[in-house]
Amino acid sequence: MTKKQQNKITPKISAADLKKLAITQSEYNQIVELLGRTPSPLELGIFGSLWSEHCGYKHSKPLLKIFKNNHPRVLTNESEENAGAVDIGNNLAIVMKIESHNHPSAIEPTEGAATAIGGIIRDIFSMGARPIALLNSLRFGNPDNPKNRYLMNGVISGISNYGNCIGIPNIGGELFFSKTYDKNPIVNAMCVGIVTKQDMTKSTAGTPGNLIILAGSTTGRDGIHGASGLASQNMDGDDTLRPAVQVGNPFMEKKLIESCLEAIQSGKIIGMQDLGAAGLTSATVDLVSKDNIGFKIDLSRVFLREESMTPYEIMLSESQERMIMVINPTDLIEITGIFEKWDVDISVIGETIPQPNAVIYDKKEKLLDLPINTLTSTPTYQFPTRKPKWLTKNQEYKLKNIPINSKSPAKTLLSLLASPNISSKKHVYQQYDHQVLTNTVIGPGSDAAILRIKNTKTGLAFSTDGNSKYCYLNPFHGGAIAVAEACRNLSTIGATPIAITDCLNFGNPEDPDIYYQLKKCISGISTASNKLNVPVISGNVSLYNANEEDNIFPTPIIGALGILDNINNRVTNGFKNNNSIVILIGDSKISQISSSLAGSEYLDKFYGKIMGNPQINLDKELAVQTVCRSAIQRGIIESAHDCSDGGLLVCLAESCIIGNTGFRNTIQIPKRWDFGLFGEQQSRIVVSINKKDITEFEKICNDFQVNWCTIGTTGGDSLTISSLMDIPVSQLAEAWKTHP
Amino acid sequence: MNFGIVVYPGTWSDSDCLIAVSDQMGQNASYVWHKNRNFNNIDCLILPGGFSYGDYLRPGAIARFSNIADKIIEFGNLGNPIIGICNGFQILCELDLLPGTLLKNDVMEFRCQWTNLKIVNHNQFFARSEFQKSSLQIPISHGSGRYYADKKTINELEKNQQIIFKYCSSMGEVNSKSNPNGSINNIAGIVNSTGNILGMMPHPERCCDSILGGEDGKYIFSSIIKSIDPSKLLKTSTYH
Repeated sequence: MTKKQQNKITPKISAADLKKLAITQSEYNQIVELLGRTPSPLELGIFGSLWSEHCGYKHSKPLLKIFKNNHPRVLTNESEENAGAVDIGNNLAIVMKIESHNHPSAIEPTEGAATAIGGIIRDIFSMGARPIALLNSLRFGNPDNPKNRYLMNGVISGISNYGNCIGIPNIGGELFFSKTYDKNPIVNAMCVGIVTKQDMTKSTAGTPGNLIILAGSTTGRDGIHGASGLASQNMDGDDTLRPAVQVGNPFMEKKLIESCLEAIQSGKIIGMQDLGAAGLTSATVDLVSKDNIGFKIDLSRVFLREESMTPYEIMLSESQERMIMVINPTDLIEITGIFEKWDVDISVIGETIPQPNAVIYDKKEKLLDLPINTLTSTPTYQFPTRKPKWLTKNQEYKLKNIPINSKSPAKTLLSLLASPNISSKKHVYQQYDHQVLTNTVIGPGSDAAILRIKNTKTGLAFSTDGNSKYCYLNPFHGGAIAVAEACRNLSTIGATPIAITDCLNFGNPEDPDIYYQLKKCISGISTASNKLNVPVISGNVSLYNANEEDNIFPTPIIGALGILDNINNRVTNGFKNNNSIVILIGDSKISQISSSLAGSEYLDKFYGKIMGNPQINLDKELAVQTVCRSAIQRGIIESAHDCSDGGLLVCLAESCIIGNTGFRNTIQIPKRWDFGLFGEQQSRIVVSINKKDITEFEKICNDFQVNWCTIGTTGGDSLTISSLMDIPVSQLAEAWKTHP
Repeated sequence: MNFGIVVYPGTWSDSDCLIAVSDQMGQNASYVWHKNRNFNNIDCLILPGGFSYGDYLRPGAIARFSNIADKIIEFGNLGNPIIGICNGFQILCELDLLPGTLLKNDVMEFRCQWTNLKIVNHNQFFARSEFQKSSLQIPISHGSGRYYADKKTINELEKNQQIIFKYCSSMGEVNSKSNPNGSINNIAGIVNSTGNILGMMPHPERCCDSILGGEDGKYIFSSIIKSIDPSKLLKTSTYH
């Protein structure tokens, strides 16, 4: 391009243009400096999307460095691949990742959620792995508000429509409501794939002279500025951003899965990369950036959905269900044959070149020629942090001054069981196919889901978890608790946690309070991950989650993977038999301490307060989980259930409901029954055991120096707590099955 | 015996059916690609679940125009057994091999859950009487499973004993409470007038292994094997 041309097409940059790209004036100045001139609109668009928080992690990268990735099981390097992979033995690897689609879902819930599923699945199969499970984690504002209900129904139907159509089971997840998510829902989707280790495909372009092929859907005008405009700044409830939300086509995705996996099986694929945020721009740059080579593509070879699209639009389109791959030119005929079989269009759009440059042509006209390393030199920022004053106040709140609930203990329990955050989520998961592929041994509705690996004894267990109230009250401990709970869910069914993936949903990082939360939460996650020996193998960051009033509570979501060496050694949450002994692992008595109410559902529901200072002792957590797993592996546990949201009594009630078996306490209940029965202190698991196995159980607890106590026995048709309550299990079930 | 499993783009129960029939029932099973018009030595065709061609327009409506469609019709008209499961049932209706149609569930949502089925009529291919079964537990997974046909057709189906399975309660009661999708007369599976083509919404291939929660699907596959080649029925099979 001549200097004259440049001047002609380079408009003076306005504040509005910069905002559209989520680029600051100083970043613009940096680009000008890097180029030695003002950028063309195409160049600026490409810089803007690559330097966005969504693609470049410019606000979070310095903080994420804390995650260690040198665990012997981990097969991928942090952020170099589309997803993280971990060795599970038998020459197999599990590939997994969790990702957010909060902003698109806030604007267009059905398509926003559907494309969340589509995008995360592509991350998995682009690595050569067969997707075998989906999970999700959803947060909405109060369901009584029609707007929140519209968002919830839209998101659930989006997940249902897309996931069911492609035949990947949706085996678990979470649903939680809080005012903090008014108009800014959290939609996190996780996908899991399995691959034999030697078939794992990399995001690489190999050597110069390889062909770059674009496969799948045509490229349209949907999703332009999705990465920058939508995902990387505050939205101000702007409905005009709706065109920036992509539209999904699950049928195309299904064909793309099958054709790409068949292509990978041929052994002729050098590298593969899905087109996600920032579309073709990010995919091409990602492919070559690790190999110190460049690419040359011709935009006239991209199949378009609409006429007269500009190069800018083609490069930034986030049209769904597209994949690029790199092959040797001699393999073109074979690869073409595979995609023809599946009726999936492919186009050779360019080739790799020795110069480490991004070169873009439109037919004969060269539009862009920039060194890759300028594009990837995303500036990173560390904002100042400060512990918010309100946080100290909340943490020091005198919980012991909370009066005991005026409702009776029985009414308190029934009301908690019927509350949207605790009640059964069957009304949601019955809309998802959770059985297809015939691996699902335990589906949704349990602490964790279990999949079998056919023709082996091995089982895989999965859970997602995260409690934003705890993170709001203590970001470090809240982050650690999220990891601990996700892993505890696996331990209660008998699985050993081996890896996690995280999705960090936070508010505006430019606010020092929020950056403090982000930094502390990450530190808590990292500490727990090291202590519990579960490396963080992949993840995603979603910032600028806020509504008109405030930022959301810090919401890190942890997706955890566990292994059962023998899938037959698994237990479920419900009481199994009459006259079994019910034991609380992790405590020698029922708590009488007011601090147990910190961040509890009880305190929120009956007093409208989110106060206190939730804490976790990770040494104790590790020991409690180890005891539970050891006892399960020795076959002496009949049922086990994580004691979490709602506290001990909710945990007992759920075990009664699921097992359709009653319970009667034998332990003394403290006078402040609210602290003891509804407090939510960490590191507790409720198990039921046959009397004859108590001695062996006691020995295991002693070995790991874990406190425990017998709290009652199973049997009968009702939940009986001293003279405080005697509620038929059927009545508990009725309350628990209430729809929000 | 040889099962052929038809695969359209968008089909997803193909591998589940293959594993159930081969690993659990011990038979030969192979895929029949929708572009392939030659399938020889097939004793029974399975049209599995999924969203053939994305099920845009109407479930099964595009599969009807598939390259393989007339071959399926020919195979059935020769009296060979065909079992259409879920999307397969919808396709059989679109191909006019079975009467009626499958509408959106009355709840207007997808449903994935276990259901109880009452065997209301025995059938020599798919629901044989010698196995002494009167009800089955088999899961459903569909958004459009509400069987519908006009009154005259329903009366004929009832009269000719073409209704094989009806949704029922765990106690065997056929009533509106035990109907998961609003199907007329709780219909879950029907056969054609000659009894060799079965369409059913529940997924028997998902319950041929106890670790998955049940093995009642074996009843249907055992019936097929018994009717075609009894010598091939595995001794280990529950329904021998």
